[in-house]
Amino acid sequence: MAAVVLSEPEKLYIVHGVQEDLRVDGRGCEDYRCAEVETDVVSNTSGSARVKLENTDILVGVKAEMGTPKIEKPDEGYLEFCVDCSANATPEFEGRGGEELGAEIASAFYTVFSSENSIDLKSLCINPREHCWVLYVDVLLLVCGGNLYDAISIAVKAALFNTRIPKVRVLEDEEGSKEIELSDDPYDCIRLNMENVPLIVTLSKIGYRHVVDATLEEEACSLASLLVSVTSKGALTSIKKMGRGSLDPESIFEMMETGKKVGKALHVALQKVLDEEESLGTSRQKVGFLG
Amino acid sequence: KRGLYRKRRGLYREGLLSDDGFRLDGRRPREIRSLRMRLGLFPRADGSAYIEQGNTKVVALVYGPREVRGPRSRSAPDQAVLRCRFSLAPFSGPERRRPRGGEGRGSDLALRLQQSLEAAVLTHLYPRSQIDVYSDGSHCCTGTTAAALAVLDAGIPLRDVVCAGSAALAEGTALTDPNGAEEAAVGPGLALALLPASGLLALVQLSARVPCERLEPVMEAAADGCRELHRALDRELRRSLRERHGEV
Repeated sequence: MAAVVLSEPEKLYIVHGVQEDLRVDGRGCEDYRCAEVETDVVSNTSGSARVKLENTDILVGVKAEMGTPKIEKPDEGYLEFCVDCSANATPEFEGRGGEELGAEIASAFYTVFSSENSIDLKSLCINPREHCWVLYVDVLLLVCGGNLYDAISIAVKAALFNTRIPKVRVLEDEEGSKEIELSDDPYDCIRLNMENVPLIVTLSKIGYRHVVDATLEEEACSLASLLVSVTSKGALTSIKKMGRGSLDPESIFEMMETGKKVGKALHVALQKVLDEEESLGTSRQKVGFLG
Repeated sequence: KRGLYRKRRGLYREGLLSDDGFRLDGRRPREIRSLRMRLGLFPRADGSAYIEQGNTKVVALVYGPREVRGPRSRSAPDQAVLRCRFSLAPFSGPERRRPRGGEGRGSDLALRLQQSLEAAVLTHLYPRSQIDVYSDGSHCCTGTTAAALAVLDAGIPLRDVVCAGSAALAEGTALTDPNGAEEAAVGPGLALALLPASGLLALVQLSARVPCERLEPVMEAAADGCRELHRALDRELRRSLRERHGEV
């Protein structure tokens, strides 16, 4: 990950601040930074979103393509995550440098979305055992400036919310051969049910306390962090410990509680923004990177 | 899939120009696509730029000049090394492309980018250092222009802003700045990188068959597009500088 080099006194300053519930940028331990979300930014995707969380800048594109269902789940479609840590984000990702991080993030998202009902995969099935929709979720890290996982999960949820999959019908003639017919109306499409799509909240342990939405500097002071994925109802779908340090069980429970609380609030805030944007429809002025 | 492409190619080959001389998207043959841009959008990089040309969107970032990373043999004693990368988002095309890791992808585009920029950047001012340029988008020419803007935004001295543009030949008419559909129909055509102040060319690449006597109008059309681009860049640069530093 993008490294910041901090001296001992700088670290101490951050740690002591966190102890007093006052962080370097004036936030409390459980406060989120201001995030910018915009959907439908790339025209040739099924759904896309861009999220800017202070310095972190993420672009997510979802493309729906037809594929064959997996053998173990013949009546379901599936999602595929791919995280591109291009050298754009930080020069350390040059060459193969970013691949490891990309694979790590992608695997975290597979676990987060592996829970049965996080997304209704059955609705992605077109023709059991033969055809289904595959949603390719491609994450592009434009700039990484701390709290990658949360920012990506916000962008992924926004992009999935924005995703529109064309409706198709399976026609079968007398001989039993099947044909897939695409609906003529481009606005006739399936939307995904977003009710159980989780968001990730990363809690970084700094000193005796934990903070949400850590900046790069704070991440440098934290030895261990806990990734908690929370649905809008407050249910946890997965937990993952990250970093070199260790956590004691007591604090894990505390962190889970905070994660739940913050995650629920985050869901409400995001949904509000997405609904607002949706209600503007085509009249919305697209900002993209020009804002 | 290939057959479909060919069929489409044949289908669109005619009718690229209407009877009144307008193109598919309503432009005249010598008009460029709508252009929007912004400088300095990522504070973490030394320089960054974003250009939107029609449906093409490009982000470019510059890191440096700074000490050369890696083996010392990479550095040059008398000038800075320019290192360019060009990447395409997996979702940038009409069909998803499987991302290939690391160096492999877009390396030919990166080479073109490097060639165009080396002609403009005053590398001899920074011996033993390196400048990294990353461009992320779907079109080579727009990428080159965006990269030049990002270098400019990083405050690195340039001989001239590089303005890159392309032109294609359709039904005997040279079309400036072809869009996706036009490019799919008649091929990529001619790409130019122009240094507008001197009128010199930093890059010339012809990748379609063009009759010799038609080459001049095609080149003229591409250069026209570059100059038009330069006027727009100049306006935007002045505007963004004024915004950041007050009246200049």
